[in-house]
Amino acid sequence: MPKTRSPRRWRGTLAAALAVGLTVTACSGAGGGSSGDGTAITVLMVGNPQMEDLARLTADNFTKDTGITVRFTILPENELRDRVTQDVATQGGQYDVATIGAYEAPIWAQNDWLHEVSSYADADSGYDRGDLLEPMVASLSGGDGKLYAAPFYGESSFLMYNKELFDAAGLTMPERPTWQQVAQFAARLDDKPAGVAGICLRGLPGWGELFAPLTTVVNTFGGTWFEKDWTPKVNAPEFTAATKFYVDLLRSHGQPGAPQSGFTECLNTFGQGKAAMWYDATSAAGTLEDPDSSTVAGKVGYAYAPVDKTDSAGWLWVWALAMPKTTKNADAAWQFISWATGKEYEKLVGSSLGWSRVPAGKRQSTYEIPEYRESAAAFADITLRSIQEADPVDPGMQPRPALGVQFVGIPEFADLGTKVSQEVSAAIAGQVSVDKALADGQRLAEEAAAKHR
Amino acid sequence: MTTTITTGADATPRPAVRPTRPDRKQRWSRRAPLLPALVFAIVVTQLPFLFTLYLSTQSWNALRPGSREFIGLANYATVLSDDRLRAALVNTVLLTASSVLVSVLLGLGLAILLDRRFPGRGIVRTLLITPFLVMPMAAALLWKHAIYNPSYGLINGIFGGNTDWVSQYPMVSVVAALVWQWTPFMMLIILAGLQSQSLETLEAARVDGAGPWQTFTRITLPYLRPYLELGALLGSIYLVQTFDAVFTITQGGPGRATTNLPYEIYLTTFRKFEYGEAAAAGVVVVIGTILVATFALRVISSLFRMEDAR
Repeated sequence: MPKTRSPRRWRGTLAAALAVGLTVTACSGAGGGSSGDGTAITVLMVGNPQMEDLARLTADNFTKDTGITVRFTILPENELRDRVTQDVATQGGQYDVATIGAYEAPIWAQNDWLHEVSSYADADSGYDRGDLLEPMVASLSGGDGKLYAAPFYGESSFLMYNKELFDAAGLTMPERPTWQQVAQFAARLDDKPAGVAGICLRGLPGWGELFAPLTTVVNTFGGTWFEKDWTPKVNAPEFTAATKFYVDLLRSHGQPGAPQSGFTECLNTFGQGKAAMWYDATSAAGTLEDPDSSTVAGKVGYAYAPVDKTDSAGWLWVWALAMPKTTKNADAAWQFISWATGKEYEKLVGSSLGWSRVPAGKRQSTYEIPEYRESAAAFADITLRSIQEADPVDPGMQPRPALGVQFVGIPEFADLGTKVSQEVSAAIAGQVSVDKALADGQRLAEEAAAKHR
Repeated sequence: MTTTITTGADATPRPAVRPTRPDRKQRWSRRAPLLPALVFAIVVTQLPFLFTLYLSTQSWNALRPGSREFIGLANYATVLSDDRLRAALVNTVLLTASSVLVSVLLGLGLAILLDRRFPGRGIVRTLLITPFLVMPMAAALLWKHAIYNPSYGLINGIFGGNTDWVSQYPMVSVVAALVWQWTPFMMLIILAGLQSQSLETLEAARVDGAGPWQTFTRITLPYLRPYLELGALLGSIYLVQTFDAVFTITQGGPGRATTNLPYEIYLTTFRKFEYGEAAAAGVVVVIGTILVATFALRVISSLFRMEDAR
C-alpha cells in the first residue's frame, strides 16, 4: 500500500479506463507439455512491476519444472481489493492464490477466509522459513500465531535527501534525524524562487496515502489511534501535535500542490530535484537510483525515519501471497507460493531481469547476495535495518489493541483513515483547522471503536 | 383485456390500408425472435436493481462474516440523516448544475460561430468535438497533471505564479474539466438545431428590418429552446454520475469540498464495505435520476411532437 498505492492507482485506473478490466492471462501450455499431471491454478495479483515480473517468469521456470499451469489475473490495487474481498467473503472460490497486504492478512485470518500456510512452510524443506524477516512474519500471522500468507516483498520507510543540496548549504544529515532537525533543514533548504521545496510529504487523501507517513509521525510523537481498551485518541494532545507539525511543515516548506501529492507525485518531485528531502517508502529507492527515471540517481542520501519520542519510526508493509480457504488445489497453490517467495526466486529475477528488480525486503538471505548488495549498496542496509526495527505489535509509546505500524488492523480502518485523511488534507490546503479535522476524526473513531469494545 | 382492444379497434373506422389484425399465432411468431433480447434486457437491467433493493434492506458489512441481517428501511434512515451524504448531495447539485449551465452557454456560442461558413470549418469542427471523444479518466488525468499541476502545469506555465488550483479552487477545477469535456456535446446538439432553422424565416426577418441581435433573441433563441433543454437534461443525467473527474483530480477533497454522491457511495462500498448502506444510497440516487430522466423524456417527446407538426 504505502509504496504501491499511488503509482498503481494512476496507471491502474488508466488501464481500467482503456480496457475493461485488464485481465492478463498467461497460459503456459506450450512449455509445460506432457510433463505434468495437468493441474492448473488461478492466481490473482496486484499489478505492481514485481508481480508482473513474476507472471513473466512463471511459464518458463515454474510450469516447466512442475507441470502446473498458472493462470494470472492482474488487477490495479483498488480493483484487486474489491475483487478479492468479494470472492473471499462470498466464498466464491475463484482463486487458488491471491495477493494481499499486511493490512488484510490478520483480519482475513480472523474471519477464517484464509488457509494457514505454517504447516506447508514447515514441511517444505527448501523453503527455510527461518530466513523470513521477523516483522514480516508477525505482520502476516493470525491471532493463533500461524502464518496465513507468505511475504513476496516488504518495505519500511526512511528519509531520502538530496546530497548536493545539503553539501551546497553546508548541512549534514545525521544517520537518525529527529523531526525537529528535519523541520530546521527544510526551513534552510526551502528555495521557492528556484522551485525547490524543503521537503516532500504526502498530502493526498487515503488511508494508504497521507496516513501512511502521518501515522508514523503520530506514533513517534506519542500518539495513537486507539489505546489498548479501544479508547479513541484522535483528538488527544499527542495526535494533534503530530498532525499540526506535519501540516505546518508541509504548508511552510512543503512541495506545491501538497494536498494532491501522493507517492507518485513526490517520487516525481524529488526525482526531478525539486525537493531537498522526502520521507516515504524504502522501495522508492530502486526507482530513484535508476538514471533512466530520475535526475538524482547517485546523489541521494538515506537516513532512518525521523523520530521524536520513540527510537525508530519506520513503517512496515508487505505484499504477500495467500490461499483463500476455498481453494481446491492447496498443494499446487503452495508449490507456486513456495517457488515465488523462496530464496532461489530472487536470484532468478536478478540474473534474468536485473538486480534492481528483485522483490526484496522479506528474506535475510537477499541481503547476502553479492550482486544485490552491489546494486543496492546505497540503501540496502538501511532498508533492512528499518524493516527489522519496525514493530507491528507495539509501534508507539503505548500498547495497541490491533496490529499495524502505519494503519490499525481492523476492518473499519480503511474507511476511518480515508475520511480523516480527507479532513487533514483540507487542513493542508488551509481550508479547515487541524483541531476541527481531528474533532471530526475522533467522532468517526468512536463509531469504529464501538464495534470492538 | 383482449375484448376491449377488439371493440376499440372496431369502433374506430380505419383506412383500408391497415393490415388485418394478426391472429395469435402470427403475433407470437413476430414476438418470438424478440423474446431473448427482452429476457436479456430484463436480466441485465432489472435483476441487479432488484438485488440492490434487497441489499438495501440488509445490514451487511462484507468484512464481517455472518453479520448480515434484515433491518428493513434502517439503511435509508442512515443515508438520509447522514450529514456526509447531505453535503455530497449539495456538491452533486452544484457540480452538475454549474457544469451543465456553463457548457450549454459555451456550446451555444461555439455553435453560432460554427454555423457560419468559413474556410477550414470542417477541421475546426472536428477539433472542437475532440474533447468529448477523450475518455473521462484520461481527460481527468490530463487536467490534473498537465494543466493544474502547480509546478509543471499548463496554467501556471503560461501565466506564472504557483497557484495550487486544485486545492484553492477545487470545485471550479472539477467543473472546468467537465465543461471542457461536455461543451462539444452541447455544441453538437445546438448546431443541429441551428442548421435545421428555416432560412426563409431568417430572410423574412431581415426583410422586415430586424437586426442580427433581434433576429437572434426573437427568432433563433426561441427556436433553439428545445435543443438547449435537451442538451441540458441529457448532460445533467450524465453529469449527476460524475465519478472519474472527482476520483482523479481531487479525491473528493480537500476535505469534502468535491465529494459528490457517486464518490461517497464508492467510499461506502470499497472503504467501509457497508454494502447495505451503499445500496440504499444508490437507490436514493436512482430515484433522483429517474425524476430528472422523466423530465428529460418529456422534453424529448415534445421535440418529436414538434417535428411531427412540421
